[in-house]
Amino acid sequence: MDKFRMIFQFFQSNQESFMNGICGIMALASTQMYSAFDFNCPCLPHYNLAYGLGILLVPPFILFLLGFVLNNNISMLAEEWRRPQGQRGKDPAVLRYMFCSMAQRALIAPVVWVSVTLLDGKCITCAFCTSVPVESLGNASYPRLSQGEIQRVLARIPCRDIYNGQQLIANEVAVRYLRCISQALGWCFVLLMTILAFLVRSLRPCFSQAAFLKSRYWSHYIDIERKLFDETCAEHARSFAKVCIQQFFEGMSTDLAAARFHLPRKVPADAGEAAEKLLGITDEGTMNMALKSWHRCKPPLHLHPPALPTRNGWAGEGQPPPHPCAPRRETAAYYSWV
Amino acid sequence: MDRFRMIFQYFQSNSESVMNGICGLLALASVKMYTSFDFSCPCLPQYNMAYGLGIMFVPPIILFLCGLILNRQSLVMLEEWRRPPGHRKKDLAVIRYMCSSIMQRAMVAPVVWIIVTLLDGKCLICAFSGSMDPKKFVGMANVSTVQVQQLLAKVPCKDEELMGNNTSRKAVSRYLRCWSQALGWSILLILIIAAFLARWLRPCFNQATLLQARHWSNYIDIEQKIFEESCCEHSRLFAHECILHFFESMRQEIKLHSFSSPREGERAEGEEDLLRGITDQDQVNKLLKTWYYEKPPLDVSQAHQR
Repeated sequence: MDKFRMIFQFFQSNQESFMNGICGIMALASTQMYSAFDFNCPCLPHYNLAYGLGILLVPPFILFLLGFVLNNNISMLAEEWRRPQGQRGKDPAVLRYMFCSMAQRALIAPVVWVSVTLLDGKCITCAFCTSVPVESLGNASYPRLSQGEIQRVLARIPCRDIYNGQQLIANEVAVRYLRCISQALGWCFVLLMTILAFLVRSLRPCFSQAAFLKSRYWSHYIDIERKLFDETCAEHARSFAKVCIQQFFEGMSTDLAAARFHLPRKVPADAGEAAEKLLGITDEGTMNMALKSWHRCKPPLHLHPPALPTRNGWAGEGQPPPHPCAPRRETAAYYSWV
Repeated sequence: MDRFRMIFQYFQSNSESVMNGICGLLALASVKMYTSFDFSCPCLPQYNMAYGLGIMFVPPIILFLCGLILNRQSLVMLEEWRRPPGHRKKDLAVIRYMCSSIMQRAMVAPVVWIIVTLLDGKCLICAFSGSMDPKKFVGMANVSTVQVQQLLAKVPCKDEELMGNNTSRKAVSRYLRCWSQALGWSILLILIIAAFLARWLRPCFNQATLLQARHWSNYIDIEQKIFEESCCEHSRLFAHECILHFFESMRQEIKLHSFSSPREGERAEGEEDLLRGITDQDQVNKLLKTWYYEKPPLDVSQAHQR
């Protein structure tokens, strides 16, 4: 028990490292997803931009939402936000802290996707190949084509096997140009994100350290309290079930004895634990009755003190109980032995 | 139990080794990033220099900032620097020591990137092929200035039809790669000599101050960790008390409101404790509803005063 508590404590105090681990896994998953994805530029004038930008921007949005969904603390945040005030005040600083820390972790996988996409270059090449400056890079003196024709030719740049504009602009030149721009954008994006992360992390101790310590403590407290409450309720439910079932069996053996007008069998003094556990049910017929009764008429969710046995509603084979499964609210009728 | 405590304690006292581990991982990550990055020189006169030097210098800045972000000690140092003095004086030597150790560790990954880039040579070839003197190379001497710029810009691209297997392209490429590798090895040599001298000569200067600074920086780090641990432990106990108190108050409320007199059963001690007087479906529902609608106040002083 102590060992589990120790492990529990270790993970709780290292909850940050646990969440960081999940972040790292999602970032790796996003790179893996990108390399497994079969990018297929349509090479048509209006579709290229939509496809390229869609692949650049839609998966990060999905990954961001997934980051929130996979985070256990989101339900904790929602609960704390929506609960009625009651006897305990609500601190908006704590809610802000919880939301910020979740959002920061959820942003990592999308940023990784966007960076990998830009550094790879295929998306930007696909999206912007129709905007390549033909005058400076290509052959401006090529027999004049209509604007639409030029667009169609340029749109095929990402698809080398169907590209037919080598005289207009060399495929390698255009691809290199677009990839260079894409990689420059990618590195700038990564630099910007890193600078932002650095500023967020380093400015905090300079300005609001005390408030930060408070918010962190109370958000941690809310998390632990919820877990402990769940644990206590689980323990309670276990005991409740145990006592309920025990009382069911006791009631069963009492009813059985009453229905057959037998005196309760005297259990030999030296029978020990086994006889006690049998709870008076010692033959096949009785056991079958007990099982049938458990299925047809579960006992009410109401524990009663153990000294006074009560009827279970089962009065013998020939008489089906009047209300087989109505849970009884009032205290049951007592069957006194006196 | 003891073993877990020992492992926990080991990690706590050896934050230096954890930091060194992170530093090493970042250096490996930088090599991996370079090898997986698809370097593609634009081979255009105006863009080559920007691209080449950009690839050589922007990722090191990113890696440096990452090294600072991932290092827990940088936060500790900033806190120590910005805290109000209160009852405890601030020792600038400790802060300087922490700062220098953080910077040293953060510099490793950028330096690894720059050296790998130089030893590989692609960046320098891309950046400086346009600045070569065409007279040095056979085959480029008698070409017009504009055209020679174009040709030189295309040197880094092997698949270019104009250059292709041209011997002067290979000559320029070899020349630049030679310079690049020489620069890379020289920088590596200088850095290693500097590190060697710094480590050897350090005991000759201010050893006592250094020992003091190192001790107190270690102390601040451990104190921070233990404070966080104590806060965790405290919040756990606080929550435990709060919940027990809540169950107690529920039990009392139920006793007050129910009209049946309490019957003393002979239930086993353990079960009685765990059931805490809540023995009915309605009571359980009421408890759960009250937990949501009216969380108990954050005050367990009454429980302790009893």
